[in-house]
Amino acid sequence: MGELRLMKGNEAIAEAAIRSGADGYFGYPITPQSEVIEHLAAQKPEERTGMTLLQAESEIAAINMVYGAAGCGKKVMTSSSSPGISLKQEGITYIAGAELPCLILNVVRGGPGLGTIQPSQSDYFQSVKGGGHGDYHLIVLAPSSVQEMYDFVELGFDLAFKYRNPTMILSDGAIGQMMEKVEIGEQKPRLTEEQIKEKYPWATTGKTKDREKNVITSLELEPEKMEQFNRKLIEKYRKIEENEVRYEEIQCEDAEYLMVAYGTSARICQKSVQIARNEGLKVGLLRPITLFPFPRKRINELADQVKGMLSVEMSSGQMVEDVRLAVNGKVPVEYYGRMGGIVPSTEEALKDLKQKIIGGK
Amino acid sequence: MDEQQAKTEDIIKKENLVFDKTKLLTDKAFHYCPGCGHGVVHRLLMEVIEELDIQEKTIGIAPVGCSVLAYHYMDIDMQEAAHGRAPALATGIKRTLPEKYVFTYQGDGDLAAIGTAETIHSCNRGENITIIFINNGIYGMTGGQMAPTTLENMKSSTTPYGRNVKQMGNPLKITELVAQLPGTCFVTRQAVHKPAYVRKTKKAIKKAFKYQKQEMGLSFIEIVSNCNSGWKMTPNDANKWLENNMLPFYPLGDLKTPEKK
Ligand SMILES: Cc1ncc(C[n+]2csc(CCOP(=O)(O)OP(=O)(O)O)c2C)c(N)n1
Repeated sequence: MGELRLMKGNEAIAEAAIRSGADGYFGYPITPQSEVIEHLAAQKPEERTGMTLLQAESEIAAINMVYGAAGCGKKVMTSSSSPGISLKQEGITYIAGAELPCLILNVVRGGPGLGTIQPSQSDYFQSVKGGGHGDYHLIVLAPSSVQEMYDFVELGFDLAFKYRNPTMILSDGAIGQMMEKVEIGEQKPRLTEEQIKEKYPWATTGKTKDREKNVITSLELEPEKMEQFNRKLIEKYRKIEENEVRYEEIQCEDAEYLMVAYGTSARICQKSVQIARNEGLKVGLLRPITLFPFPRKRINELADQVKGMLSVEMSSGQMVEDVRLAVNGKVPVEYYGRMGGIVPSTEEALKDLKQKIIGGK
Repeated sequence: MDEQQAKTEDIIKKENLVFDKTKLLTDKAFHYCPGCGHGVVHRLLMEVIEELDIQEKTIGIAPVGCSVLAYHYMDIDMQEAAHGRAPALATGIKRTLPEKYVFTYQGDGDLAAIGTAETIHSCNRGENITIIFINNGIYGMTGGQMAPTTLENMKSSTTPYGRNVKQMGNPLKITELVAQLPGTCFVTRQAVHKPAYVRKTKKAIKKAFKYQKQEMGLSFIEIVSNCNSGWKMTPNDANKWLENNMLPFYPLGDLKTPEKK
């Protein structure tokens, strides 16, 4: 077992970035995630590993700094919260279009607009359906603990480089701010320039005599070629869906009723399941860990087993649409949620399950 | 071989050669309008990179604008930025690869309108990069709309009766502005519509790359250029108009050098 530390979710992200051998972080402060850049600054990553740290003039600049460095094969990331993530969308779609790997953390707060600084899951659609313009997807990881905040930094980078696609960690203000014990990994070395050139031959590292120039771009003016590129992206997303779906099942083996929830909501539902089981109700929980790719096959299978599902979210009902698509009408699928920065209680969620799914039968 | 071809072969014999295209410009024909300044500046940039022998160490950023396809012509590693974001890309590159030479190539809409924040803050941070700024007083690529640099009373497709500064604001001298910032080491305004100016511009570009090597801060080279299509003039008339109208408002010369700040 590695070293254990008590950390905030946001601090865990920062520490994981340094230890994963990241080359750079570019960000702009916003509550509830400013501890990421603050913790990095306090840690002097330039001295610890040579990692670059820069506070940009805006989220737009930060994501474009990420673009530039990622185009050189560097392992770089940014973080923000909802209003800042909206600003980053331009850069994110260019990064997806140029097929660059990078990591983006969204510590979600309630919206729309300036909204609230309290936790929310209302950026689900923006994260899993695209977010910026054009046909693209991010790989979206949803941590539900501080340990997962830590672990998903390295996982997120690995997936980003494996598929040359931006990865988003979709967290929320509760997980960003809460403190839990975290097992810290070993310090990984940063790649040398030679290693980058060998591993990522597409990177702009300076044109040498032995290869053609490298160009990082998302521009293609010929419609046939652009469509071909769109098809290539679809194929990539299909592969991601084939290989990278991750989820956790809690008491699903004999479940008659299923709760579906991610992140903070999943922690709440886990407790609801316990209470229900004590009452003799066979309730299970499916927690998607990847929101894109969505565990739709598994949810469809479970629809053959359970009598109904409840999607519990801190939003006005976003993920429920994907659950319904997965279930494809086999059983009733309902939604329960709170908004505005309010976290639903375990009792509330269970009560709603009883009213809408269990009681109705 | 017919007579004409034989004559041509004779003329292009090595010993007769007075000018050769730098190897760092690809053989792809420019898409630029005849008479446009972009092609000249592309050539100068590539000549400088060849002469300094830094092709292997240089990464360029193309803008959104007429020169969006600059990477078709420049035989170096390049990245294409979103409209106005080139200095942010350059910052990300230079900060993680400090030993490389990094430049951006941007139009006036790209640099002085949508990308103003990225321009000012990269200058203010003193990023060790070179910004090549083509000021043609107009949005060339999208069909000749008003740019931040469009002169008072100058016609464009969105100011068909001339730029009314009361309504549209005044032309922005962003070069004067960035010269005020402590992060810039070399700020100059040049032109390429006559051979003498072309030679001066090339010298300025070379200096900028040298300062970059010495980590002196950001070099900013404005090149007052033409847009005969957007201005709706013949190339010759456009150059005359540039001389009579653009240069009085955008005077040429060094605004700041490391020697005299
Ligand atoms: C976000 C965004 N807004 C608008 C455009 C459309 N657009 C493309 S180029 C351009 C202006 C280019 O003008 P300038 O930077 O002066 O360069 P020039 O074409 O004159 O060389 C505009 C408005 C775009 N591509 N992206």
